Amino acid sequence: MEIPNVADKWSGGVCEITIGATRDKGGSRQKTVTIGGSRCIPFMDFEGNPGGKPLVAMDVHDVPPEDWPETLKKPFADVLNDPAKWAKKCVEEYGADIICLKLDGIHPDKGNKNADDAVKTVKSVLAAVGVPLIIWGCEDDEKDNEVMPKVSQAAKGENCLIGVVSQDNYKTLTVTCLADGHSIITMAPVDINIGKQVNILVSEMDFPLNRIVMFQSTGALGYGMEYTYSIQERERLAALTGDKMMSMPVICDVGHEAWRTKEAKSEDSEVPQWGTREERGPMWEAITAISLLQSGVDIIRMNHPKAVAAVKKCIDRLYS
Amino acid sequence: MISIAERINGMFKDVREAIKNKDPKVIRELAIKQTEAGASYLDVNVGTATADPVSAMKWLIEVIQDTVKTPIAIDSQKFDVVKAGLSVIKNDVLINSAKGDPEELDKYMTVAKEYNASLICLTMDKCGIPQDVEKRMEFAMRIVEKAVEHDFELSKIFIDPVLFPINVDQKQPALMFDIFNQIKMISDPPPHRNVGLSNFSQGTKEKKLLARTFLIMGIPYGLDAAVMDVLDKDLMDAAITAEVIMNQYLYSDSYLTACRK
Repeated sequence: MEIPNVADKWSGGVCEITIGATRDKGGSRQKTVTIGGSRCIPFMDFEGNPGGKPLVAMDVHDVPPEDWPETLKKPFADVLNDPAKWAKKCVEEYGADIICLKLDGIHPDKGNKNADDAVKTVKSVLAAVGVPLIIWGCEDDEKDNEVMPKVSQAAKGENCLIGVVSQDNYKTLTVTCLADGHSIITMAPVDINIGKQVNILVSEMDFPLNRIVMFQSTGALGYGMEYTYSIQERERLAALTGDKMMSMPVICDVGHEAWRTKEAKSEDSEVPQWGTREERGPMWEAITAISLLQSGVDIIRMNHPKAVAAVKKCIDRLYS
Repeated sequence: MISIAERINGMFKDVREAIKNKDPKVIRELAIKQTEAGASYLDVNVGTATADPVSAMKWLIEVIQDTVKTPIAIDSQKFDVVKAGLSVIKNDVLINSAKGDPEELDKYMTVAKEYNASLICLTMDKCGIPQDVEKRMEFAMRIVEKAVEHDFELSKIFIDPVLFPINVDQKQPALMFDIFNQIKMISDPPPHRNVGLSNFSQGTKEKKLLARTFLIMGIPYGLDAAVMDVLDKDLMDAAITAEVIMNQYLYSDSYLTACRK
């Protein structure tokens, strides 16, 4: 029996975005990364160009994270107080493609650090590693609007990916990123219509579409992952059918979400039937990441080195 | 919606004068205004302005291409005028139009393929326009068969079932919806479904309302292209909105702004 060809033909695709700038382009990165470019359903390369491989960004915090369980702290125990060393370890030992510097410490409730502190941290991380940088604010609108423009200016020319902007707070950061040559992350809380709206609002300020990455907020396995999945899947289908306002690459925050779950965090003594925490946590993170990859993700933010290794291996296999 | 902007046509007085005097100003303005209004194609028809339609067509196309990058629809019933237009085309192009006689389809598809042009085909022949759904669908089938025979991409074919003006034969417009629906299922991918929208409401008192209402009614049945007045903002916005309602574009609060681009 002849097997029918069920490959779809797509009229659109995902924008290609390069993050990072080398010396000859006005930055100081040793390498840049290019994401997006896909013109097919994820991993169905018989339909069209699969685009760039999804990349793993490892999180580095400006202040030691308070809510991380021991399992997660252990691989970083010697560097949690030093973001530059932490970033270096992620790149050199754990194979991070990108560093996502999370400026949690500027949040009014988590240390309320000022812009000078944040700038210092950003510069130290830029100096410590040669990979491109994502710089993620604290998601307190007022504080982000105060600190992020200065951070953006300090990293001018490095072509970082900076976030996040939302429907209610996008103007300050959009103008700043435009002026300093960075790309931007648009956020919508599990709402595809608002996701599109933020993209339109940002593009109306003359921000180029091919410098936007979308973030739909992420749900971990067992905690709403399927909502994230179905929205990201619809986003990818919209891009493939030619919706220019939805044709941006997608970023997920898997690490933070997976490690908040009780399945990842609980002590072995509390739930002996679940297996050891050393295995459970990284597995929860890896499974969340690998599942979401199928919906169309271009950058995954992750935490645990074991999970990172498993996910990178999986991506390589799907792409070979 | 594939909107084929109708305004650069020698039937309009300002365009007729411009062609006669070789005055590019009006043409440039219309090209820019219609492009900004969201035209997918700029229809170019020399009308009866000149005794030399071949050079008038070339001149118009050159002026337009000098001004905007919007693809052009070469609108003429004369094959030599169409060919002359094609010879100076730089961007994507649509030929408006070929009739459904087999020899005419052969001729037009051959030249369209040569220039990588899209082609509007009318469901009529030299004997006239059929009055019912069945005959029109016979033409549609013949057009698709010819396209397959010529190895012509079906997504570059526009089938136009020839919409009568409402004040000429009121029974006709209602037949169109069934035809759009059937053409949509004729092949995979199907040809586009096109109508001449202003022609439908010409000479009526509620010209704009009739055109707009027909367009909105046609979109759910698969109408996806029209020769139309893109400068009528209500008409363009209604088309976008109907397509959003039919889930062809993702809704967002600023969907009009996004789709107008």
